[in-house]
Amino acid sequence: MIDAKTVLHVARLARLRLSPDEQQVMREELSGILEHIDVIRAIDLDGVPPTTHVLAVENVLRADEPRPGLPRDEALREAAHVVDDAFGVPRMD
Amino acid sequence: MSGFEPVIGVEIHVQLSTRTKMFCGCALSFGDPPNTHTCPVCLAHPGVLPVVNAEAVRRALLIGLALGCEIAPRSIFHRKNYFYPDLPKAYQVSQFDIPICGRGEFTAIRDDGTDLVVGITRAHLEEDAAKLTHAGGRRAGAEGSVVDFNRGGTPLVEIVTEPDLRSASDAGTFLRQLRQTLLFLGVSDCSMEEGSMRADANVSIRPVGSHALGTKTELKNMNSFRFLERGIDAEIARQTQIVASGGRVRQETVHYEPETGEITPLRSKEESHAYRYFPEPDLVPVVPDPAWVDDLRHGLPELPVPMRRRMVGEMGLSAEDAEVLTGSPELAAYFMAVAGEADPKAAANWVRGELRAQLREVGEEPWESRVTPSRMAALVGLLAEGTVSVPAAKEVLAEVIATGGEPAAVVEARGLGQISDEDALRDVIADLMDANPDQAGQLRDGKEKVIGFFVGQAMKQTGGRADPKAVQRLVRAQIGGD
Repeated sequence: MIDAKTVLHVARLARLRLSPDEQQVMREELSGILEHIDVIRAIDLDGVPPTTHVLAVENVLRADEPRPGLPRDEALREAAHVVDDAFGVPRMD
Repeated sequence: MSGFEPVIGVEIHVQLSTRTKMFCGCALSFGDPPNTHTCPVCLAHPGVLPVVNAEAVRRALLIGLALGCEIAPRSIFHRKNYFYPDLPKAYQVSQFDIPICGRGEFTAIRDDGTDLVVGITRAHLEEDAAKLTHAGGRRAGAEGSVVDFNRGGTPLVEIVTEPDLRSASDAGTFLRQLRQTLLFLGVSDCSMEEGSMRADANVSIRPVGSHALGTKTELKNMNSFRFLERGIDAEIARQTQIVASGGRVRQETVHYEPETGEITPLRSKEESHAYRYFPEPDLVPVVPDPAWVDDLRHGLPELPVPMRRRMVGEMGLSAEDAEVLTGSPELAAYFMAVAGEADPKAAANWVRGELRAQLREVGEEPWESRVTPSRMAALVGLLAEGTVSVPAAKEVLAEVIATGGEPAAVVEARGLGQISDEDALRDVIADLMDANPDQAGQLRDGKEKVIGFFVGQAMKQTGGRADPKAVQRLVRAQIGGD
């Protein structure tokens, strides 16, 4: 079982605020996932490359041809704040 | 330096000058109005899928091949997770454990002619972040920052070196010649000012003789190699002082302020696992066809460092000539074309010197001027044959720049041909001796000082077209005559 500190660290990285109850749920669920990894680790996997993709597809590439994107008004339509034709965000300096 | 040696590695981000972004068809742009080149993919709208730009893969392979990297038979993309407003997906698509280009090596030439060999750790593909501007600058009361997504998703290749560099000036030498190489490959504009090439340096120090690595700091994003070199020197000095006085260097990102020469910490570096890299499920592996990679390898242009060696070794140019003439791919191609048809050393002198000087006056570059390489070579040839004198050749060059004529035709039309016909020159000298009997007498008596007088007069009489060497010889022949 992973500890509460680890849960909070992961939550912080993911910008999640967890209530004490949620922390407990996450501890159990994350521990379950890690235990499953331990099951896989117990198998002898020497020489077996990790499965990074489940599709047997490679090289899906696109020609370098420009395509029209969104008009600016539309691009900015869902922005919470628009400042000078740009997305306004909290002060970041 | 006080028993410590610096250990430096660099990371270079290069924006590829493709037509479109890394994972969507939005056009690349620089300086266009904000947010005019965006789409649901590069704005990270839900449910969209990225598709890899084939040209970006091709250019990454070219870079890898030019740096002697092992090309991965199969490489994959990873998500690098972090939160920042310039990254709408909250992850950057990058490469992690299987980059498209693995270990390589780049050899640069130091000013003293010695080799500077730098190990390349990797070169991988990723996407650039958007441009974040702090509204109202740093003035108090500025409410927030603004994001322009035009740059977001631009294809980037990140090149990482081994910690093989031992001085700021070596770092500068490496970066300048790497930049030239990328320019010759035609993969990027490599403009430091516009940010299409950005370099960070990892700097640490260790006692001389030690093989362990000290704690490193990362010197961020300098917009010129000169400032980067100065920043590295300042950081080496700072670390040396800390360690010499018994302190410990902290692992952090630092900023060098060129104005004041000061180093200030930026933010404590997040540990690598905090990025929670994992394979990008939306992108399938890139498996370059070995035949394609071979074609690219064989199609590589001659790169500036080997070209410099060839200029010095085979063409007999000075190291400085070679450096100047490989200053840009255009100039190198121009010079090589001239040198293919004329004596390389003379061609180097003229291209570097008079041609560039005269073109500077009219604001043109050699390769876009009327002085085609064949014309330049023809003029160098006319000089070598003695058909024109140096002053006349300069005049011909000016005429070719202005009107685009063939040098031989300009010489003919303007009567600029050098007179080396000895009979004609003898007549000129005889006339001069008749007109200046006192000096003629002194010449016959062997008075050396009047030789210059007659040579000067002969040049004047012929409007500078006489071959000065022939005149000199013929005047001397009069000594002891009657």
